[in-house]
Amino acid sequence: MPYTPELKELIKKVEATRPERVRRKREGYEFPEMSLEERTELLRAHHPDHKAGSRRPIRIGVNKGYEISPEIVDLLEARSRVRPDLVDLMNPAYETDVLVVGGGGAGASAALMARKEGARVIITTKLRMGDANTMMAEGGIQAASKGEKDSPYYHYLDVIGGGHFENVPELVEALVMDAPETMAWLENLGCMFTKFPDGRLQSMHGGGTSRKRMHFASDITGAEIMRTLRDEVKNYPDDIRIVEFSSAVELVLSEHGECAGAVVFNHETEEYQVIKAKAVVMATGGSGRLHVQNFMTTNHYGATGDGLVMGYRAGVELSFLHTVQFHPTGAVFPEQLEGLLLTEKFRGIGANIVNVHGEQFVFEREPRDVEAAAFIRECAERGNGVPVPGGRSGVWVDSPMIDDLLGEGTVEREFLGKLKVYRRHDIDISKEPMLVYPTLHYQNGGLNIDAYCQTSVPGFYAAGEVAGGIHGENRLMGNSLLDVCVFGKRAGKHAARYATSEAKDGKLSLEHVKKYNEEIDREGVRTDRVSPMLLPDYSNPDVRKRQLSKDYCGTVGLKETYS
Amino acid sequence: MEQARLIPIHIMGTTYEVPDTLTILKAMEYAGFQLVRGCGCRGGICGACGTVYRFPNSHKIEIGLACQTLVQPDMYLAQLPFFPAKRSVFDKKTVQASVATFQALYPELFKCVSCNTCTKSCPMEIEVMDYVNAIMRGDIKKAAELSFDCIMCGLCTSRCPAEISHYNAAILARRLYGRFLAPRAKHLHKQVEAVTNGQYTGPIMQLMEMDRGQLKKLYVEREVEPNMADEMWEPQSKEHLLGVS
Repeated sequence: MPYTPELKELIKKVEATRPERVRRKREGYEFPEMSLEERTELLRAHHPDHKAGSRRPIRIGVNKGYEISPEIVDLLEARSRVRPDLVDLMNPAYETDVLVVGGGGAGASAALMARKEGARVIITTKLRMGDANTMMAEGGIQAASKGEKDSPYYHYLDVIGGGHFENVPELVEALVMDAPETMAWLENLGCMFTKFPDGRLQSMHGGGTSRKRMHFASDITGAEIMRTLRDEVKNYPDDIRIVEFSSAVELVLSEHGECAGAVVFNHETEEYQVIKAKAVVMATGGSGRLHVQNFMTTNHYGATGDGLVMGYRAGVELSFLHTVQFHPTGAVFPEQLEGLLLTEKFRGIGANIVNVHGEQFVFEREPRDVEAAAFIRECAERGNGVPVPGGRSGVWVDSPMIDDLLGEGTVEREFLGKLKVYRRHDIDISKEPMLVYPTLHYQNGGLNIDAYCQTSVPGFYAAGEVAGGIHGENRLMGNSLLDVCVFGKRAGKHAARYATSEAKDGKLSLEHVKKYNEEIDREGVRTDRVSPMLLPDYSNPDVRKRQLSKDYCGTVGLKETYS
Repeated sequence: MEQARLIPIHIMGTTYEVPDTLTILKAMEYAGFQLVRGCGCRGGICGACGTVYRFPNSHKIEIGLACQTLVQPDMYLAQLPFFPAKRSVFDKKTVQASVATFQALYPELFKCVSCNTCTKSCPMEIEVMDYVNAIMRGDIKKAAELSFDCIMCGLCTSRCPAEISHYNAAILARRLYGRFLAPRAKHLHKQVEAVTNGQYTGPIMQLMEMDRGQLKKLYVEREVEPNMADEMWEPQSKEHLLGVS
């Protein structure tokens, strides 16, 4: 729906202050950036991570005592979806060198590199190949590509500063040093990055960057990268087999304690099958669909943190899950777009953030956690939020000023995708600002890996959002598309090398799952929950109540007897 | 917010009453469906939820993405989450950005009957037939640009009387354009060379060994490129930049 008369009235306040704000920006005046101390204080007071009840200690497993989001703890303190002794480990449905779990940017990159190293590859994925957060990333991909003003050195500083200096140095090094080569790889695969006529990549700022190093493909950078990687994967049907609608639910280990495959669930036939592999790359992505603290999310339908659960049960430590990334600019109006990601590129290119009075209250390019916390403070504590029909509140992203700053037509050219989406609701974002509030966006932490994506379990690798440490406590914009490509490639390469040289054949085992279930009982954790979750449930609760025979299996009997 | 009204919609022929403020996707969930196929990003970019519908007494087939299209009274709808398409394998080493490539890999493109149903079936408002024509003319750049917003949902392909797999031909056009026709980013390749030659290895090693206090100092003091700076901007300090030791 278009803006209500009340909101249209409030937009006039944004328009009233716009000419002056545009003038100041043109003259190089920006709203003052916060000092590190101010940032820390703001985060402590207003970031959802620090809210009472936002963390709970894990009671079982290798990270016992580690306090993270209760929504994730619930999944870790749950039983396996399968009873280990019922799984037929003797007759795998498929066998391969490298099994890649997940069909997003990291999984596709891993598969391509593993193939290049001479491995046979299977990709198993919950939904379709390419159904992933990578597809939805809009703003861009960072790489220090312009040698006269930027280098991996400055990229490193930005990454580690944005991550509160907690990041794992080896992983940051890998990220920033591989960045230029990764961009060249993508260019070679045919990604249509936005360029100047001479071929120079266009680039802009993101929150927390010291140099304009965010490259983009209009405002669908992730989709452009994902569909290109997917197409490339599909160019090798003999070497890379894609198994869709097939979620991994447990890792399979060998009698030697090495990773030797996974149990997968066919969503359509509902059978569990075993895929035997010499090495496994976990690339399941993030967990926005857990709706931490009931926040709306920008994430893909399948983002339920499955890889964390599988890896943790196999004994891999988790880190940096005590912080969750909220994207400052999730749409709150119209209702149909709620939670929709509005790329940080809007702020990168120069759109101000203003409150209900049309006043600026925060520099638009603070790191994401700081920016989000500032929005929450403005709405909750200071009462300067814009009231949104339905009871929420939000702040304005002043998109029309982009055209004022950079010329008529800039919004249409640079943000065509979003322009079209809003136009369906009779809102023209080149003329009217957008209403936003922080939305659950990224899982900062995950499975511990080294710079080769190797976990503590031999033969088990992880890449992309499921891994932790690269971004410390907060990821900067444009480093996630980079992360999935850089670490996806590394994981694929090293998993393939391991698979073709070191991996030993051995009897398959789910003993670790059995032991994990036993630990749940021993620690007195009471739960009837099973995990991984696989899909969120948005179906109507009233309908659910009437589904009286859910616990039955066809006409055969109770589900209990066979699961 | 005004109170939502319940309206009838017909999901694969069965009638459900759903609030009129919902998208087709959310209306299906409201009706009690737990979606597995036909649901992806829920934000209009992944192409998982292509949907066809009709209204009673109308001959017209309407299309939309379930996550983006609001329900309307009496729509008869079905999702089309999968439609078989042809995807020809090509050899990256020998493939060329020319019309001959498409003649070899997708010869059916040239049997287009110009009915324009593909364009009318596109939820992204892409001029599908125009890019098919551009490919036939050998104008790969044009085809790449026209098809840039394609989400590969396959609705075009499901309705084509000439049995063309438009979206797979389109991504080939874009990849050929990106690889062979678009000007190369030379600065990028210089930087790759510098990394490979170890030019930044020393400085990065230093950063890796620094304690938090030293890093903080460098972070706070680092020179920030002004937002309105033009492409020619260079920092005062040339330390740790290409060609400067």
